[in-house]
Amino acid sequence: MNSTFYLHHYLTLSSILFCIGVCGIFLNRKNIISILMSIEIMLLSININFVAFSSYLNDLLGQIFAIFILAVAGAEAAIGLAIVVVYFNNRKNIQLENISSMKG
Amino acid sequence: MNITLYLFYIFSFVLISSSLVVVSSRNMINAVIFLILAFFNACGLFILLGAEFIAMLLVVVYVGAIAVLFLFVVMMLDVDKAITQEINRKKPLLTMIGFVLACELFLIIKFSNVSVNEVIISSKTPSDISNTKAIGKILYTDFMLPFQLCGAILFVAMIGAIILTMKNEKRFIKKQNIYQQVTRNKKNSLKIIKVKAGETIDI
Repeated sequence: MNSTFYLHHYLTLSSILFCIGVCGIFLNRKNIISILMSIEIMLLSININFVAFSSYLNDLLGQIFAIFILAVAGAEAAIGLAIVVVYFNNRKNIQLENISSMKG
Repeated sequence: MNITLYLFYIFSFVLISSSLVVVSSRNMINAVIFLILAFFNACGLFILLGAEFIAMLLVVVYVGAIAVLFLFVVMMLDVDKAITQEINRKKPLLTMIGFVLACELFLIIKFSNVSVNEVIISSKTPSDISNTKAIGKILYTDFMLPFQLCGAILFVAMIGAIILTMKNEKRFIKKQNIYQQVTRNKKNSLKIIKVKAGETIDI
């Protein structure tokens, strides 16, 4: 298997995915759940990058780091969605522009 | 052109198009369903790369936990009513920013040279055992401390999520009232009642 050939493919794919995630954050500035999903897409693209390099260099460190990224992504999603639920129960909407009134 | 390359193109095409649907869809439930599709395709890509353990972890953790959590929150909150308008006036400009970023990253990838000889390999992939076994062998030895810290992060996140979403009412929270305990004395806690025969008492 010609790995250089494949590495560029995977890196291009992960950079396209990362840009889609960044664009999603810019475009959906009203909707906080969309922003959280865009962050998940960005983390997925980073994971693809790590695993591609891990496979290319025959080094397992990249896959270990991908596991840690997965754990942090899970923690972040849980906390973010809990905050969204609490905010919705208090305010009955989740418009992102009103969240600037949330101090502390 | 071998079958791996074909599979790569199929998986990456579906991955990119489904993540485009995720960021552009108005219907949040559709967005979450396409997020799950994107994770499944990323799982296929990881299998192509020879990282089976990460692929299965992606399905179990992302699809089984995170995406279902998203779906649950979207359905519980009734987001379509909560968000009235999401049309952004600066849409072409913002899409342009993303396009420029993509071009820059592509140029970096195109004109950079990664040489295997310059890289120090810290934990080489063993060829005789499976991927999962190899990851387990170094995760529980060399990376024991980061692994435990990872568990601590998840534990803190779990407690934080529970405390945030728990309703702040007396019947849900059973707390110790230290003032009440310290000021308790014989007079307000002990009562001597003489019970007559054949009668009941009310406490």
